[in-house]
Amino acid sequence: MIKLSNVSKEYPKRGFALRDVSFQIQKGEFAFLMGHSGSGKSTTLRLIHMADRPTSGEVRVTGYSSDKMPDREIWKVRRRVGCVFQDFRLLPGRSAQENVSFALEVTGAPRKTIQPRAQRLLSQVGLAPKAGALVHEISGGEQQRVAVARALANDPFVLLADEPTGNLDDRATRGIVELFWDLNARGMAVLMATHDLELVRRYPNARVLELDQGRLVFDSNPT
Amino acid sequence: MYSIREALSAFKRAPLLTGLSAAMVGLALYVVGLFGLAAFNLGLALTSIEERVEVVVYLRDDVRQSEIDLALAELADIPDVARVRYVSKRDALERAQQDLPEFSELFGGADVNPLPQSLEVELRPGSRTREGVERVAADAGKYPFVEDVRYGQEWVDKLFTLRRIGAVSALVLGAAFFAVAALIIGTALRIAIFARRDEIYVMRLVGATNGFIRRPFLFEGAMAGMLGGIMAWLATWATYRGVYAFLFAVAWIPGVWVALGLAAGIAFGVLASGLAIRRYLREV
Ligand SMILES: Nc1ncnc2c1ncn2[C@@H]1O[C@H](COP(=O)(O)OP(=O)(O)OP(=O)(O)O)[C@@H](O)[C@H]1O
Ligand SMILES: [Mg+2]
Repeated sequence: MIKLSNVSKEYPKRGFALRDVSFQIQKGEFAFLMGHSGSGKSTTLRLIHMADRPTSGEVRVTGYSSDKMPDREIWKVRRRVGCVFQDFRLLPGRSAQENVSFALEVTGAPRKTIQPRAQRLLSQVGLAPKAGALVHEISGGEQQRVAVARALANDPFVLLADEPTGNLDDRATRGIVELFWDLNARGMAVLMATHDLELVRRYPNARVLELDQGRLVFDSNPT
Repeated sequence: MYSIREALSAFKRAPLLTGLSAAMVGLALYVVGLFGLAAFNLGLALTSIEERVEVVVYLRDDVRQSEIDLALAELADIPDVARVRYVSKRDALERAQQDLPEFSELFGGADVNPLPQSLEVELRPGSRTREGVERVAADAGKYPFVEDVRYGQEWVDKLFTLRRIGAVSALVLGAAFFAVAALIIGTALRIAIFARRDEIYVMRLVGATNGFIRRPFLFEGAMAGMLGGIMAWLATWATYRGVYAFLFAVAWIPGVWVALGLAAGIAFGVLASGLAIRRYLREV
């Protein structure tokens, strides 16, 4: 489903962020992507989301290859890959429901389906009661749930999460990761970047990948 | 739906800038519109002048009637010629007395008639050009009994030159205004993109197509272009009314030209914002 083959990424002046990284994520897998700050976690996720292209090697996402994908077709990848971040990246001044509806609207969902679908997504992340609340008036954990609901708008097969709990306290962190496991139980693959070792230890069923200075140095479950 | 709503909200957010874009497009189209008005009326004038283009062949007094008949027949046979009319000395005098009352005061009592007899050669519509006139004039000038050949072609030439000068200056001035309009539309667009950068980011994140992201901005360009077109239309109309009322009678340009002008404004707005967005959307 996701396949990185000998992927390197070099930033001009900064040198290599990734060196010769290869791994695959299968349908329905749950994996943590670990590593110190600057080890290349975000870069890896950006390459999978095709926000950037590898300097060498190939990233494949479902049928799409980083080698052959023209810029104007990248939206196709984006609809198959959901994304959440440490800083949520919600639209301020709008309600939870409006943030989710926005994603549906701009990806061409039929008008009549938008409202009910946004509501369903919000109840899926356990936020139905706060659907009408403005996003800056709810807690960080709740904001991250809105972001997850938004990421699910186009029914992706995988959720990429870049330190999604970095801004959250312990309780909220556990809530978000539990939500990921819920989604995973319903067939969604999850790839979550984190440097929180304690958190990772709590979920021994998950696969663990570790990056160090741009190299993949550990894979608990190589395929 | 989304696009139109967004374009309208962009207008509400920065009405001054959208207004300025529209005004610049309007100014550019106004210049073109003024030229259109002038060109259209010059064209009308040219046509009516051309209808009156004819070659007048003045004959010596001592020419024989048989020679006149021959010239009449031969000139009428030239392909450029529609009709040849003979004007006798008496006809010429009568006409002059009718047209110019002072003339009869001067010559009314005299026995001598100073006016020459002539042949008035009327040209076919396709031949009322400089070349056509010169061909006929040259042929007519070959007869030994011809005193002089006259034609009013200089006038037509002058009008044509005037129209060409007008076209060039309108083109240069119009192009300059269009360039400024494109710059302002580009700036307006950059500000609109900046104001909506969060939304654009999220649109990209969740997989909106480039076309979808671009559309509201193109709508905005189209709106500015259309507003500009309407402004130019009104300004040209006001100028037309003003000239008509205070200077001289002119005709309003054909409706198709107005429609073309509006369409050009819209097309320009879309094109200018399309180009600008290409440059800036990558940086968001
Ligand atoms: N856009 C960029 N331009 C230049 N260098 C970059 C860019 N993005 C990342 N880098 C560099 O690439 C390396 C890896 O960065 P990356 O963000 O992938 O690390 P990370 O593992 O996500 O770190 P963190 O835990 O701090 O988020 C770093 O050295 C960083 O400076
Ligand atoms: Mg990072």
